[in-house]
Amino acid sequence: MTALSMNAEAMTGSFTDAPVQAAHGFRAVLRALSQPGEIVTLSGATPPAPMSPAAGVVALVLLDGTTPVHLAGAHDCPALRDWITFQTGAPLVAAEAAMFAIGTWQALTPVTRFAIGTPEYPDRAATLIVESDHLTAEGTTLRGPGIDGSAQLSLPETGAFRANRALFPLGFDTLFCCGDQLAGLPRSTIVEGR
Amino acid sequence: MYVAVKGGERAIDNAHALLAEERRGDPAVPELSVAQIREQMTLAVNRVMAEGSLYDPDLAALAIKQARGDLIEAIFLIRAYRTTLPRLGHSNPVDTGAMAAVRRVSATYKDLPGGQVLGPTFDYTHRLIDFALAAEGEAPRAPQAEPLGPVPRVTGFLDREGLIEAEPDSDATPRDLTREPMELPADRALRLQALTRGDEGFILSLAYSSQRGYGRTHPFVGELRIGEVAVEMEIPELGFAVEIGEITVTECETVNQFTGSKTKAPQFTRGYGLVFGQSERKAISMSLVDRALRWEELGEDNTGAPVQDAEFVLMHADNIQATGFLEHIKLPHYVDFQSELELVRRLRAGAQEAAE
Amino acid sequence: MGLLARARPNRLAAVFPDMPDSTLLRGPETGAVMVRGRQGGTGAPFNLGEVTITRCSVQLPCGTVGHAHVQGRDKAHARRAAVLDALLQTQDAEALTRAVLSPLAAEETARRETRARKAAATKVEFFTMVRGDD
Repeated sequence: MTALSMNAEAMTGSFTDAPVQAAHGFRAVLRALSQPGEIVTLSGATPPAPMSPAAGVVALVLLDGTTPVHLAGAHDCPALRDWITFQTGAPLVAAEAAMFAIGTWQALTPVTRFAIGTPEYPDRAATLIVESDHLTAEGTTLRGPGIDGSAQLSLPETGAFRANRALFPLGFDTLFCCGDQLAGLPRSTIVEGR
Repeated sequence: MYVAVKGGERAIDNAHALLAEERRGDPAVPELSVAQIREQMTLAVNRVMAEGSLYDPDLAALAIKQARGDLIEAIFLIRAYRTTLPRLGHSNPVDTGAMAAVRRVSATYKDLPGGQVLGPTFDYTHRLIDFALAAEGEAPRAPQAEPLGPVPRVTGFLDREGLIEAEPDSDATPRDLTREPMELPADRALRLQALTRGDEGFILSLAYSSQRGYGRTHPFVGELRIGEVAVEMEIPELGFAVEIGEITVTECETVNQFTGSKTKAPQFTRGYGLVFGQSERKAISMSLVDRALRWEELGEDNTGAPVQDAEFVLMHADNIQATGFLEHIKLPHYVDFQSELELVRRLRAGAQEAAE
Repeated sequence: MGLLARARPNRLAAVFPDMPDSTLLRGPETGAVMVRGRQGGTGAPFNLGEVTITRCSVQLPCGTVGHAHVQGRDKAHARRAAVLDALLQTQDAEALTRAVLSPLAAEETARRETRARKAAATKVEFFTMVRGDD
């Protein structure tokens, strides 16, 4: 093999029972996005650092060769680049061309560089996979579709999400990951505060 | 309008059972194997692969068996199957210049490097039914000769002298109509994809119409070649390209009427056809239609010919789209028809009243 | 790798019947690869159609990783080719080259040569009839 070939680490850490684990993973992501603020637990993926197991599951179930991915900050490392490439086949691209972006909130900022879709194709928008140090059902108040009254979620800030909500039906969608936990914040959610 | 109705489940089950029995035919006659279809109905297999847009001879042969020889039905089965496959990537463009050609003819030069190699062609048969084939016989054996040297492209000779328009290489990612719906205007790459998977009969008729004067392009078959090409793909985990298989393709390059202007010396133009399998009628047709669709880029007049109308050609070339829309009208439309019937009765009653 | 990808599954199984243990890293899974051609044979790429491919990645107990992408839908064939790819990076390479790759290569060369010879026999040998000039 040549020096260009991948490290064996890239080839491990995927599902061991793909059909079942992928279905569970997808269902959990769907639940997180349809009930914003709800925190779900994911399992089955052990990606290389610094990616969380939850983000690993999201990557395995949502990425393929047709979903360009942007790795931001410390996540843009050889081990993770190789893992994403081998496990999902997703092309790695700059922020502006990404359908998915993975990194800490700080690394992803400014988030205005990500795709928000077009009036004809609002679905051509990015989904941000935000790696967080803590994720709890407290903090900023959320309202809107999928929420019975109101919900709380620990967000890194509110301004960017309020600005994003103002773009609706355009705008990016967000998934927060922390360890094996995941919460969703779709563009349709109203984020209170300033 | 569509209204959900129930019933007919047993009728459908029994219809499937009857279909299976009719497919098998007389049980006293030996059953066809998939391998027999693959080996002896090769050109039907090739057509199903080309229009099904999936190269897999065993699968195409099975589809032909399942479809009782209805090739469009077989193509439908292949198209449905391919939607279940994950896309593992794309190949590097195949190098047809390096083809291991079993057939290679040119209508533009008699003597050319590599020569005129007829290959397994029907061209010089007399089209007389061969009753000997009705009897089982020994497997025929083809004679052999010293292998030929390389077979350079005919358009390459013209290109070197600047006599034909250049075909500049590029690494642009072509649009893929299996991933996003066809949007017009379609560039040449998208048109070629639509033509190579399009219905052979439709593409043939369009090409014929252009020969008869509806969008004439004065084509010569510069070269027609059939043979195997290697399929190579970049493998990320290896960091280099490897050969992942080998496919048979038919390639046709036409040399067409020239253009020129005060600033540009006259040059021949090109039409191109490339099709899975041994499919030369389709490849020649494709290159004629490709050339005709290039009228705008080459500064020619739009004479209103069907073959020059990209929307007409591209939106009607796919026989699975066509047959799906066509055949749906035989499915129940009871409610639509009832409303029409009501209307006609009312109008007739009105007309009768007025007459009285 | 190309040789293993093109080899007929039953031939590869015949020359390499006993597979040592290996762990599956990915697959074997069947999918489609979009084959591209070039406009005019040499120009910009376009999508010609897909081909079925089965891929597999394995790891031997010694840690060596092997990959295979083979044409068609035969999963056992893909796994066999991946295991061979891994073994060919070990000290067994020389013996396996002799026992497996050489016979496959020889068969393929013979098959191609025969086909080329049959094609060559259909080459037209033109001769010019005497012209009626004088």
